[in-house]
Amino acid sequence: MIRRGIFKHPKNDLEGEIRRDRTPGPSVPEELCVTCPTCRKMLFRDALAESSYVCPHCGWHFRISARRRIEITADEGTFRELNTKIVSRNILSFPGYDEKLEQARRSESGKDEVVCGTCRIGGFTSCVFAMEPSFMMGSMGTAVGEKITRLFEYAAEHRLPVVGFTVSGGARMQEGILSLMQMAKTSGAVRRHSEAGLLYVAVLTNPTTGGVTASFAMEADIILAEPGALIGFAGPRVIEQTIRQKLPPGFQRAEFLLEKGFVDQISNRKTQKRLLTRLLEFHAGGADE
Amino acid sequence: MNAYEKLLAARADGRPTAKNYIERLFQNFIELHGDRRYGDDSAVITGIGTLGRIPVTVIGIEKGHGTKEKVARNFGSAHPEGYRKALRQMKLAEKFRRPVICLVDTSGAYCGIGAEERGQGQAIAENLMELMGLRVPVVSILIGEGGSGGALALAVADEVWMLENAVYSVISPEGCASILWKNPKRVGDAAEYLKITAQDLLSMNVIDRIIPEGIGFTKTCAFLKIQLIRTLKRSRALTEEELVSQRYEKFRRIGSDFQ
Repeated sequence: MIRRGIFKHPKNDLEGEIRRDRTPGPSVPEELCVTCPTCRKMLFRDALAESSYVCPHCGWHFRISARRRIEITADEGTFRELNTKIVSRNILSFPGYDEKLEQARRSESGKDEVVCGTCRIGGFTSCVFAMEPSFMMGSMGTAVGEKITRLFEYAAEHRLPVVGFTVSGGARMQEGILSLMQMAKTSGAVRRHSEAGLLYVAVLTNPTTGGVTASFAMEADIILAEPGALIGFAGPRVIEQTIRQKLPPGFQRAEFLLEKGFVDQISNRKTQKRLLTRLLEFHAGGADE
Repeated sequence: MNAYEKLLAARADGRPTAKNYIERLFQNFIELHGDRRYGDDSAVITGIGTLGRIPVTVIGIEKGHGTKEKVARNFGSAHPEGYRKALRQMKLAEKFRRPVICLVDTSGAYCGIGAEERGQGQAIAENLMELMGLRVPVVSILIGEGGSGGALALAVADEVWMLENAVYSVISPEGCASILWKNPKRVGDAAEYLKITAQDLLSMNVIDRIIPEGIGFTKTCAFLKIQLIRTLKRSRALTEEELVSQRYEKFRRIGSDFQ
């Protein structure tokens, strides 16, 4: 049988890029060696871990799991997880969703959809959340919405800042309108936390799109973005189909958002913890000290 | 009607649009333009008027009638400036303590180069956050299509009502069918599974009331007007704090039944 699409050229640079980073798997595999999806150099796994999963040759930021994200951000041994029992269910009895959930839970990252908790970052106590890219594209259903909401409520109650890492394909369509409502719910919780005079820093990672961009990702006091991260409301392919023209190179990348005024800084993962620490230190005590 | 038939009815040519409702529901309507940031989005109509004797702020997403107007209105798909235009009027409403009535009818926020450049996601997010804390009553009525975040940006309200044949969805059924099954022809299945009808949403407590349509447009508007006046009069009994905290709780409950 002939595999379909083998002769198809990528429709634009962006799509090409997306495909390229898909083939070798942008997550870090278990093997000893990894090929960088952009510069094609062979990298040792151990060395990669030391460089916070950033390619030492070209600076490509590998996609990493929520757990690993917390591991490289939190001070060792300080992370305490919250609300571990909140997991997605097929509330609308959407056909095929049960299977998708099961399949996602069998993957390397297990049942993580978003990991939430408290930790210290450079000695400063903070609430932290990290979305899991491998679980149904980091999509937001009611479980993700509920965990994020509870984290902001917890942070407001305990007068803690929130540091959040976003990665998401958008709202989870298998939970229909209830997913959409999570955008309103989380926004309400972010607002209450903000009104309590507390800091929220979001780090947007590749990719952050759809309902997450249009809610808590863009609602932070300070928004950082990892180099090259795709950030937008509509995905590039949807836009191309709508407007029937090629998108300019670099469109919707972190650097583009910086230029347009929608993020505060591009934050290289290698120096990210230091930057977060400085931000937390600057705002220690919230707005009232 | 099944979900797919309702979807078609909600999109049907000749279905009353926001402008038609504004003419019927409000007196002394004065249209106010622009977002004071970038431009004036003609997909969003904003202004002030009176409902009975209550001064209100009116925000409507307008699809337009006839090809020429539809093009001018961008088929009811707002750019970020449309959401910022709405937000400006919401803040004015708050300053002058008048309720906000939103009429929602959009297939979704526009996706295009300009919309992304000017922060479509940020504009919607800001509206969600601001509506969550707006210190005046807000009632949103879905009169036709409620397309995802672009609709929600005007539907974080104390009461969310839906016309009998309106639909409200996280993704267009066409989009859902092509992503899940790579087959846009299964739009009927997607419409059913996504639970997009007013009846479905009422049973999930996502909306608060269904407005009957079978009685004809004039009677629907008369009914709607009575209900709106009643609701606004009832909300006078609440303090600003109660109003905001009830709105928070209303959305806080949706999809929260975990241990």
